[in-house]
Amino acid sequence: MEAQESFHHALKFKYDLCIGCSHCTECCPTAAIHIENGRPVLDDNRCIDCGHCYLACPVHAIYIEQDDFQTIYNYKVPVLLCPSIFGSQFPDKVKEKDIVAAVADLGFRHIYEVEQSVDVIKQLLSKKMQDPDRGMPVISSFCPAIVRLIQVKFPSLVGNLMLTKPPLDLTALYIKKHLVETQGVAPEDIGIFYVAPCAAKIAAVKSPVGDEKSPIDGVINMNYLYNKVLRRIKQGDCPPPPADLRMNILSKDALLWALTDGEISLLKKGRNLAIDDVHNVSTFLEKLENEDIDDIDFLELRACDQSCAGGILCANNRFLIVEKQKYRAEKSPAEVTVKENGLLADADYLDKHSKVGKVEPRSMDKLDNDISVAMRKMEKSISINKHLPQIDCRMCGYQSCKEFSLAVGSEKTDIKRCVFIQRILEQNARLSTEEALQIAYQIWGTDKFNPDNIADLAIE
Amino acid sequence: MVFEYPVQGGDFTNAGTVSSKVKKMMRQLGVDAGVIKRTIVALYEAEVNIVAHAYKGVITVQLDSDKIYIKLDDEGPGIPDINQAMQRGYSTASPEVREMGFGAGMGLPNIKANSDVLEVHSVVGKGTTVEITNNF
Repeated sequence: MEAQESFHHALKFKYDLCIGCSHCTECCPTAAIHIENGRPVLDDNRCIDCGHCYLACPVHAIYIEQDDFQTIYNYKVPVLLCPSIFGSQFPDKVKEKDIVAAVADLGFRHIYEVEQSVDVIKQLLSKKMQDPDRGMPVISSFCPAIVRLIQVKFPSLVGNLMLTKPPLDLTALYIKKHLVETQGVAPEDIGIFYVAPCAAKIAAVKSPVGDEKSPIDGVINMNYLYNKVLRRIKQGDCPPPPADLRMNILSKDALLWALTDGEISLLKKGRNLAIDDVHNVSTFLEKLENEDIDDIDFLELRACDQSCAGGILCANNRFLIVEKQKYRAEKSPAEVTVKENGLLADADYLDKHSKVGKVEPRSMDKLDNDISVAMRKMEKSISINKHLPQIDCRMCGYQSCKEFSLAVGSEKTDIKRCVFIQRILEQNARLSTEEALQIAYQIWGTDKFNPDNIADLAIE
Repeated sequence: MVFEYPVQGGDFTNAGTVSSKVKKMMRQLGVDAGVIKRTIVALYEAEVNIVAHAYKGVITVQLDSDKIYIKLDDEGPGIPDINQAMQRGYSTASPEVREMGFGAGMGLPNIKANSDVLEVHSVVGKGTTVEITNNF
């Protein structure tokens, strides 16, 4: 059985800002966007929230949903849970204590870093890699965009995903347990707010794949919080934070985890590869699925170039983030004690709660549930595609001639949307200029075809 | 639906492209992931056999609503003793080639393990025909 309900997406369009340029259509690794009436239309079943469209949009008409910051005040004990790269967003002269003071002044009662649970997870990882029945290769489920990519584009590989909760979920579990048990806070008074470096992490919090409910109570975009914290720091005179509001000490491994090679550098044996950027990952998985590559033990796959340092909600340049993060790691201990990282005391509890439910495949390629109907659609698409110019101009509103042929074959759209087909039809008077214009309006809206647009141009 | 793909002997760089195309089509039809996997393993192995041993070949793929039939026709040296070639571990590869990790003699047995029906015909000096049928 394949999961039927569609994905929750953190990427949203602001249609009032959109200029209908279709750059988002072009760059999408799963061809999830096409254009109707001059605006992008998202196929919910294909989008993996990788955020490539967000970066490609020239007018910032794509935004990433987040919870209203004011909701932190609905909780007696608001907790900020940020990835350790949050600190690496800031200019060098901003010190950790400045960030902590500003975070406290904004209203947070505690601050934790996501990677605090990495020291537990790395044990789970090495245990998993010693299991003779683990299958080959084990694919990390750390990056949620990659988990979704595998579900929709490489469904035969879902069985290879490591079903362990990511650091975010385990650290959040720990925080709740810790605050309730050692400080007597009522569970409903704790609000854990996660600072997200990308859209996929937000989508994963809002609708976890293979899991019932996320332990996170709210999400804040990293870029948004960065601006808020930096502004507070610049305003100066932050009161000192309460003594128990401070960053924990993280190990080297924990600090490097979210960067490329972070997971595989912990594995001492076997063939382990780290691949970043969703297009690189796609190419590799295509090869892997054909059984073209064997004997790989572990794959660390990340959707962004430079992994989380390249997250679309990061404020700083990805290479500068990596540099800063490595510098912090160098000064950090190789191993931390329970005293430095209280979470280690709950390692057994986290171990017990570390499993994720089964991840279901949900192939985006399937043309129909009925195989004979699918066959008819496929046959038609192949025949249509042979008649298309193959220049992928996107004038039809689709990413490529291939994608357009699939849409036509599935009777979702009309072949007359191809401008080349139109010119041919016009030659033998089977299509009037007026009809062609109407089709163009359907795809691109009327604005781009207004004669006034070129009134001041001297065109011979 | 019938598709034909030419395969060039010795072109290892492009070995696997037919498998990729067939995999994509089976997915579009919504064929069970397990059947797709078996088919692709068998087809890939057979495709590489042509690249490794033959001068050239043609792969014909016939897709129906209940099965896939694949015929791999090659012009090449042929297989002198098919029964022997079907034995796990049998290989014509030289010790040098084996040392490189190739020629483990898994080719035909692996194809057989991943096909519902497998037929192999060969004429020495002319070529080999491998026919794979997998039901959906």
